[in-house]
Amino acid sequence: MQLVLSGDEAVARGALDAGISGAFAYPGTPSTEIMEYVQDNLAAYVAGLPEAERGKIVAQWCSNEKTAYESALGASFAGARAIVSMKHVGLNVAMDPFTNSALVRINGGLVIVVADDPSMHSSQDEQDSRVLADFARVPCFEPSDQQEAYTMIRQAFGYSEQNEVPVLMRLTTRLSHARAMVQTGSPRLPAPKPKSNDPKSWILMPAMARGRWKLLLEKNAAFRRDAEAENTLQLRSTKLGVIACGLGLAYYLENETDWVAANGGASAQHSSKGSQRDGATPGEAPSLLRITRYPIGHDKIRQLAAHVEKLLVIEEGYPFVEREIRGVFGAPVPVMGKLSGEIPLEGELTPESVRLALGLPAHEELPPAGIKVPGRPPQFCQGCPHADSISALQEALAGEADFYVASDIGCYTLSALPPYRAVESCVDMGASIGMARGASCVGQKKAVAVIGDSTFYHSGMTNLLDAVSHKTTLTLLILDNSTTGMTGAQPTISPTSQLPALLQGLGVERDHIHELISLRKYQDENAAVIRSELAYEGVSVIILKRECLEYLKKARKA
Amino acid sequence: MNYNIILAGVGGQGSLSVSVVIANAAMKAGLQVKQSEVHGMSQRGGEVLANLRLSDSQIQSPTVPRGMADLVLAFEPLEALRYIPWLNKERGVVVSASQPIRNIVDYPEIDSVLAEIRHLPRFRIIDADGIAKAAGNPRAANIVLVGAAADLLPIPISALESAIDEIFARKGEAVIQANRKAFNDGKTQFGK
Ligand code: SF4
Repeated sequence: MQLVLSGDEAVARGALDAGISGAFAYPGTPSTEIMEYVQDNLAAYVAGLPEAERGKIVAQWCSNEKTAYESALGASFAGARAIVSMKHVGLNVAMDPFTNSALVRINGGLVIVVADDPSMHSSQDEQDSRVLADFARVPCFEPSDQQEAYTMIRQAFGYSEQNEVPVLMRLTTRLSHARAMVQTGSPRLPAPKPKSNDPKSWILMPAMARGRWKLLLEKNAAFRRDAEAENTLQLRSTKLGVIACGLGLAYYLENETDWVAANGGASAQHSSKGSQRDGATPGEAPSLLRITRYPIGHDKIRQLAAHVEKLLVIEEGYPFVEREIRGVFGAPVPVMGKLSGEIPLEGELTPESVRLALGLPAHEELPPAGIKVPGRPPQFCQGCPHADSISALQEALAGEADFYVASDIGCYTLSALPPYRAVESCVDMGASIGMARGASCVGQKKAVAVIGDSTFYHSGMTNLLDAVSHKTTLTLLILDNSTTGMTGAQPTISPTSQLPALLQGLGVERDHIHELISLRKYQDENAAVIRSELAYEGVSVIILKRECLEYLKKARKA
Repeated sequence: MNYNIILAGVGGQGSLSVSVVIANAAMKAGLQVKQSEVHGMSQRGGEVLANLRLSDSQIQSPTVPRGMADLVLAFEPLEALRYIPWLNKERGVVVSASQPIRNIVDYPEIDSVLAEIRHLPRFRIIDADGIAKAAGNPRAANIVLVGAAADLLPIPISALESAIDEIFARKGEAVIQANRKAFNDGKTQFGK
């Protein structure tokens, strides 16, 4: 079937066509649409299965990436294929199960899809998940376009089962969020294996873990060989060897014809349209090594280096392949890339940056506008409940000289921008509570943490338990909008009505749990409650409730 | 044939759905498409950018290179200025709505913004909001803009019309009719 799919959707379609029984995730841009696609297509998927299998298929949002990962791992233990998807920083949260699951004997295929966000379109850093796959010693697949995203994830499930190892598939924003035509293949129905009957390979106590680690290191030689076989080499021009990783290939091909023309090729006719993807154009185009699998082998790189005058490494994220090629003793030919500065070290690849790195002149441009074009930063939706909650907090703090407002990750982080400028830190999921607590411990007055409901369930609860146990003075504002707003209003893991009971269960005193409605007309009253709790020496929690507008819109549509 | 479009607007203006309409129409006309946009933070009233590339052969980069856009379709005039460096010097056309969205404090004088657009070699400025209102659907301003650019696109009008019908099919006949009218009224503004 021919479909138009984004990279995220292609991965999801591929996972369904690979016969998954479980999909688990926590929302995070640019990975969210993977789970959304699976959920949107689940009914049709399940309807196509034999009666007996239908009750055993799930696609679930989870509390966080770690819980999602562990569910997928359990599904694998039980014999089923499972996918777990997240954004790059989500893998930090799931790092414990990720690195350790590399040692167990994977049963049902387990694929972790991680969407990196170079340029930080919607993230707080631009870490490169290939490095983390390497750290865990697991194979990493990196598609170069939507079609490959579909095909590769299907292969990844098979590879995971054959090698009894989790496979990490890495996407980046421009692949995740770009749509192109994808040809799908015939689906494989779920065919769960029997449950694992090998506890020795799943119980990572030191004596057993040592054996498993040794085995994993041995398997790495095979991973390298397999990657080498998949990464394709075309020896052509001797002037330049291009090493293109993942999506980097698209930016190279965008400019290939012009490179050929600029380097004396009479070749416009063979190398036009950038269709060298399959089928070589011998002669004029640069020699090309395409990398879509890691850990990389070294033979093809040596062959390429022996054939050309210099190398250019094009990769999204860190100079990961480039560093491996350079080594300590240097490469036999000059290597250009992010470390040598031909391609910027920070930010995503662009067709322009790759063009310049290929030694081509920039396309001619019109002069920019003669007046200053101010940026237009994101803002709260008109009528967003967070705006009213933040205003109430600011009113409560008015006149205070010494306070600290720690924020967390969600739409409310926008209160860092004018006109509010209401918060002083935003680092990682759940950090607001831990940071406010730590500051309070060392003498900070009026330490306030601001967190959304979804982020609180994700990583806030354990920090709150620390505060309760140590009787830290802390005022916590939970902005409860019933949803994960910033990623497009996915359901939170627990309903609003359960929150006070949960807080009490964690040990917060009933008298210091307040439930307020966040509306402008209640601002003064809400501010008064916050002010009185700011004076309390102990843990207080103020829940400011009102639904996210996007969530209401979505609910109306459904 | 390669045709590169930058769609520039402000979160909530429906620029992403216009990208889908044009892409669907292009596919009906047998072209390949690649569409790229960034979601997340940028949706909240901030600038929104979508890239749409059409071709009769395989398309590579998901984003339009600077200097290579055939069309900047701007749902708001300041956003048109932001993407001038993407316009192709020889061919690039700006089609922009005239109505500003002033949700930032340092929004320049609207006359100076429009004057900058008028300095460009090829431009069309259109009161998309006014025309949409007159067509009976103030929310169809984005479709008016598609109409205003229709004769520039390498896509038959009939394919655009049916793509518009399809995207509004679920919303009922009245909405379909209003959008058809919006499209036509946009189209006739430039004598086509
Ligand atoms: S998406 Fe929801 S939470 Fe985010 S700014 Fe809009 S209304 Fe507020």
